[in-house]
Amino acid sequence: MQHLIVLPVVLPLVAGILLLYRRQGATRAKRLVGVVATALLVVVGIALVARAAGGEVTYYALGDWQPPFGIVLVLDRLSALMVLLTAVLALGAVVFACAGDDERGSNFHGLFQWQLMGINGAFLTGDLFNLFVFFEVLLLASYALLLHGGGKARIQAGVHYVVLNLAGSSLFLIAVGVLYGATGTLNMADMAVRLGELPAERAGLVTAGGLMLLVVFGLKAAILPLYFWLPRAYAAAPAPVAALFAIMTKVGIYAILRVYSLVFGEHAGPLANLEQAWVWWLSLGTLVVAGVGVLAARDLRLLVAYLVLVSVGSLLAGIGMGSPAAVSALLYYLVHSTLITGGLFLLAELIGLQRGKAGTRLVKGRPLHQGGWLAGLFFVGAVAVAGLPPLSGAIGKALLMASAEGGQRAWLWPILLGTGLCALIALSRAGSTLFWRSQGEPMGLPLPRRQWFGVAWLLGASPLLVVLAGPVSDYTRATADQLANPQVMVNALLNDAGGTP
Amino acid sequence: MESLYAITTGVLTACGLYLVLRGRTFPVVVGLTLLSYAVNLFLFSMGGLTTDGAAILEGPADYADPLPQALVLTAIVIGFAMTAFVVILAMRARSEAGNDHVDGRKHEDREDRS
Repeated sequence: MQHLIVLPVVLPLVAGILLLYRRQGATRAKRLVGVVATALLVVVGIALVARAAGGEVTYYALGDWQPPFGIVLVLDRLSALMVLLTAVLALGAVVFACAGDDERGSNFHGLFQWQLMGINGAFLTGDLFNLFVFFEVLLLASYALLLHGGGKARIQAGVHYVVLNLAGSSLFLIAVGVLYGATGTLNMADMAVRLGELPAERAGLVTAGGLMLLVVFGLKAAILPLYFWLPRAYAAAPAPVAALFAIMTKVGIYAILRVYSLVFGEHAGPLANLEQAWVWWLSLGTLVVAGVGVLAARDLRLLVAYLVLVSVGSLLAGIGMGSPAAVSALLYYLVHSTLITGGLFLLAELIGLQRGKAGTRLVKGRPLHQGGWLAGLFFVGAVAVAGLPPLSGAIGKALLMASAEGGQRAWLWPILLGTGLCALIALSRAGSTLFWRSQGEPMGLPLPRRQWFGVAWLLGASPLLVVLAGPVSDYTRATADQLANPQVMVNALLNDAGGTP
Repeated sequence: MESLYAITTGVLTACGLYLVLRGRTFPVVVGLTLLSYAVNLFLFSMGGLTTDGAAILEGPADYADPLPQALVLTAIVIGFAMTAFVVILAMRARSEAGNDHVDGRKHEDREDRS
């Protein structure tokens, strides 16, 4: 299976093109194609993880142009893990959407597949400019998906989101241009080699380019001064889209992890780890602000959007610490937080559907038709996301805190635990308002099975992550070791004569 | 030529940035367009400015780096699509919100009175 690496990009592309066939109608066929393509993506993701687990870095040279000249897709443990995570999340979201959300506008499934193509491409590419192109692909699909179904709130959130990301794309191009001008290459592995022998007078230029990239990735990841677009956009997006967007902030985090561990690793001399101090302090700031936001949110969707921000802060703190143990902990937490926040977005939609006019606002409303089941799922999700034992959030947070060293502990422990407490307070308040403070007759219709499946699929990941905590954390530790040793990838890409066409 | 090129790029960027920070959607769209022009010019100059050079490697002779040209072509296409999208989005926002402010409302005090 030498073409396995390119499948996560080609499969959604072909499925998306098939889905363009008719704009309206043929609902069943479209749903079938969308779900089958996403399920196949899960299979491909599992195969990729199995292939990468051995520790070998393999690449796919498109058009057989060997690196550093051609564009390559690179498979290592990190990219395999991210592709699998995306596919699992997307399967839950797409099945949920099949219950009716996909018919509120046109071309939902096609755009969904293209968004997956952009995300997978961004995870797999080994080329800085190609990363920009895949960012654009996923952003363009996300613009259209965010506006899916229309409405005033979505359009307004969409304007902010689009303008901000277009400005971010301009900055990305400038940063790529600066780095190309200073090093003469765009291949990340090649750039890493060239940085080692960089003339001193160009160091300033590379520093500027590297930090501009941090701004761009920070905008995608919603780091402290650049997060203001996130709560409104995520709260306004249709539920399955918001669930898929849970991986979008992680694309930014992945990009920070990849670019700075590979290009600005130890070998880069004075330029090594130039992002670390920035990321560390900004991540703590993000955590504090997100904690306040969680407490202040008056709407369940907004609350979950701020919980996404909490997870972003925790993950970036892992990058800020930089040790392999911290990176391993952050990868475990990343898997957990992506799936759980995605599930909570879907759950918020279900709760809103059954509360009639009150929707997801945290006010007194009608009792829920299927309140017992929803409350049970909400309880599981809340325990997981707030980081209480026995679910996966507790393990992720414990790993993160255990990996803090010396002075970092004094900052990370109180802030991380305090934010967890904020989340716990806000979630218990939200839960008691939604499920207990009610009057009148329950209205709402019984919810379709596909929606239950979507929520249960994503929230069920939490107990599963606890049961499989051993193998998963072994894998993330191996991934962190691989990231800490970028020489392996450089050798595989540049000194390997072979390669697949 | 270098200084003229640098000044052009700088002025375009400054104008674009100023316009992006305006409150109405039309100047913002124009600002994004100017910004993408500036970025394209900047990217184009990254291989070094060469006049009368062929866009291929020919030994030590004078040549123009072809890669930035390819990159600019990609960036222009993407920027073009994005501009078309943001224009339509601004028009939708205008018709949904009833005015062309990026926040969808005119001024706080006006809203309070109405």
